[in-house]
Amino acid sequence: MHMHPNVIYKKETPILLMKSRVGKFKGKSMSAILFIEQMLNGLQFGVMLFLMAAGLTLVFGVMGLINLAHGSLYMIGAFAAAAVAAATNSFLFALAASLAVAAIAGVLIEATIIRRLYKRDHLDQVLATFALILIFSEGTRWIFGSFPLFLDRPDYLAGTVALPFGIEYSLYRLTLIGVGLAIAVGLYLVIMKTRIGIRIRAGENDREMIGALGVDISMLYTLVFALGAALAGLAGALIGAIQSVQVGMGEPVLILAFVVIVIGGIGSIKGALIGAILVGLTDTLGRFLLPQFFSLFLENSTATSVGASLASMSIYILMAAVLLIRPKGLFGGA
Amino acid sequence: MKLKHILMAACAAMISTSVQAEDLKVGMITTLSGGGAGLGIDVRDGFMLAIEQSGRNDIEVVIEDDQRKPDVAVQLADKMIQSEKVDVLTGIIWSNLAMAVVPAAVAQDKFYLSPNAGPSPLAGKACHKNYFNVAWQNDNLHEAAGAHANAAGHKKSFILAPNYPAGKDALTGFKRFYSGDLAGEVYTKLGQTDYASEIAQIRASGADSVFFFLPGGMGISFLKQFADSGVDVPVVGPAFSFDQGILQAVGEAALGVKNTSQWSKDIDNPTNAAFVESFKAKYGRLPSLYASQGFDTAKLLISAMDKAKVTDQDAFRAALKEADFASTRGDFSFGSNHHPIQDIYVREVIKEGDVYTNRIVSVGLENHADAYASQCNL
Repeated sequence: MHMHPNVIYKKETPILLMKSRVGKFKGKSMSAILFIEQMLNGLQFGVMLFLMAAGLTLVFGVMGLINLAHGSLYMIGAFAAAAVAAATNSFLFALAASLAVAAIAGVLIEATIIRRLYKRDHLDQVLATFALILIFSEGTRWIFGSFPLFLDRPDYLAGTVALPFGIEYSLYRLTLIGVGLAIAVGLYLVIMKTRIGIRIRAGENDREMIGALGVDISMLYTLVFALGAALAGLAGALIGAIQSVQVGMGEPVLILAFVVIVIGGIGSIKGALIGAILVGLTDTLGRFLLPQFFSLFLENSTATSVGASLASMSIYILMAAVLLIRPKGLFGGA
Repeated sequence: MKLKHILMAACAAMISTSVQAEDLKVGMITTLSGGGAGLGIDVRDGFMLAIEQSGRNDIEVVIEDDQRKPDVAVQLADKMIQSEKVDVLTGIIWSNLAMAVVPAAVAQDKFYLSPNAGPSPLAGKACHKNYFNVAWQNDNLHEAAGAHANAAGHKKSFILAPNYPAGKDALTGFKRFYSGDLAGEVYTKLGQTDYASEIAQIRASGADSVFFFLPGGMGISFLKQFADSGVDVPVVGPAFSFDQGILQAVGEAALGVKNTSQWSKDIDNPTNAAFVESFKAKYGRLPSLYASQGFDTAKLLISAMDKAKVTDQDAFRAALKEADFASTRGDFSFGSNHHPIQDIYVREVIKEGDVYTNRIVSVGLENHADAYASQCNL
C-alpha cells in the first residue's frame, strides 16, 4: 500500500462529510452509512465466530465434552494455511490445508486423548484439554518459531467494493460473510437432511440408545470431532489472512465462542448461528456507539476510555441478560 | 558403570565451577513463551551476544521465563534474590511486570537494568538509585511520533491505542508534542484483533493521518486491515509495531509507513555495524530494537564491571551512571532519573531484497529526555 502524505481520503458522498468534533454524537452527525458499515462489520465478525462455535457446540452437545483445545485447532488451521501459502502461493490450497490439517489433528487427539475423557467429569476434561492447549502452543512454537507468520488475502480479493447507498466495503470481508453463511446453510442441511445428521441428532438425545441400535458410536464421535476441528481450522485460516498468525491466537476466540454457545443454547447449531451474530453485532456496535454516547456528557478522553471499558463488557452483559430470561440459552433444549 | 561416569563428570563440573568463582551474577527474567515471546527472545539473544563478545568468564547469567505473568515474575525475582543470590536483575519486557518486580528488587539492594519497559512512575516519583533504564521511558517514542506529525504537516490526526496504562501513556505522549487537531481518539480492547469498526470511524472522521500504538499482533492485524480498507492517509506509529520480528508478518501493508525508534539497523557507527553483522551471523536473523536494547544493557553492565566491583554498591552505581560504553545508538547518556537521553529517529518501512526492514529518514527528537525527570528526587 502506498501512503501519499497529505492525500486525504476522498469522500464519495456528502453524507460522509460528518462535521464531527471528535465523534460527537449529535443526531445528524451519526452517519447512516457508517452505521450500516458497522452492522456489516458486526455480521462478518459474527459469522466467523459461528465457524468456531459450531464445532464447540456440536462436540459439547453430542459427546458432552468441554474442549478447551478448540482454540488450538483454530491456530493449527492458520499456521497450516500460512505454511502452505508460503510454499505454493495459492490461497485456495492454503484453505484446503487448513481444513485437512485441523481435521487430522482433531482425529489424532480424539483417538488418543479425548476419547478417554467422555466418561470423566467436566473438571477432568477441562484439565486435560487445557494441557492440550499448552502442548499445541509450545509445539507450534517449536516448529515455526516465536515470531508471527505471514498470511495474506489473495490479490483477487483485495480492495473494496461499492455497495448500494455509496457504501464502500472490503471485498475480503464481504467474502467472509458469504462463505460463513454458506457454511451455516450447508451445516444445517447436513444435520437436518442426511443420515449422518440424523445420527448426530440422535447422539445428542440419547447416546446409549443409538449405540444399542447398532450405530458405531465411536466412529460417529470421531467424525463429529473432526468436523468441528476442520471448521475451526478454516476459521483460523480465513481470519489469519487479515489478522496475525501467531501462537496463542486461538484462546481469545475460544472465550468468545463459549459465550456464543451459552447464549445460543448448548448443542444447537441454529443457536450458535444466532448467538454468534448477536455477539458480533453487540461487540462491534458497542465499541462504536458507547464511547460516542459517553462523550455526550463526559470530557472526551474520559468518555472514550469509559466507553471502551464498558464496550469490552457488553457481550458478557448480553450473556447475563439472555441467561436471566432463558437459563438454557436461546435455543437450548428443555 | 555408566552411572559412575556421570557422577564423576558431575563432581568434576562442580569442582570447576567452585574453583572459578563467579564475580557477578545476573538474573534475567523475561518472556520466552506465549504470544509475546519474540520480544524476550530478542532481548535475551542481544544480551548474551554482548556477554559472549566480551570474552569475560566472571559473569554468570540465570535466565527464567516469566510467561508474561506478573505473579510468575514476582516469584522468579524472589527466587533469584533469595536462593540464587544474584547481584543484578534485568530482562523484563512489560510495564505491568516491571511495576510488580522492580520496586521490591531495588529495595533489597539489587541493581535493576531495564532492557525494555519504562513505566512513568519509575521515571518520576518512584525512581530509585539502583534502577537504570537502558531502553526508553514509555512515552518517548510516542512523543517523537507527535513531533513527526507536526513536521509532516498533519493537521487532523486520528489516534488509537489499547485501553491499558501503556496505551494511555502512548496517547498522552503523542498529544504532548502534537499541535494539530484530533479527528478522533479511540481506545481499543487490549488484545483486540479486529479493527473494522475503528477503521470505519477513521474513514468517516475525515482524518488526514493516523497515529496508532498497537504492539505485537494487534499492530499486524491493524496494518493489514487498514491497508485493505481503501483509506489512503499516512500512518505513524512507534517502532513496536514495526520491529524486525513482526514486519515480515505484516508484509506489503507496512511499506512506506513512518515509525519512531531510538534504534535502527542503519544508525551509522562502528558498534552498530558490528552488532548487526554479528547478531545476524550468530542467530541467522536481523536484530530488532529489542535485541539492540538487550545488547546495550549487557554492554552497560560490562562497562561498570570494568570500573568497580558490584559489592561496592556506591562505586558500581557511579560507574553505571557514567554510561561509559559504546552504544549501538551512538550517543547515549543517563539523565538525573537514570533514564536515557538520546536521539529518537523517524524510520520508514522498506523492502531490501525479500526482507522488510526500516531505514532512517530523519531525526524526530534530538537529545530527548523524558517528561518525568523533574518529579524524581535523585
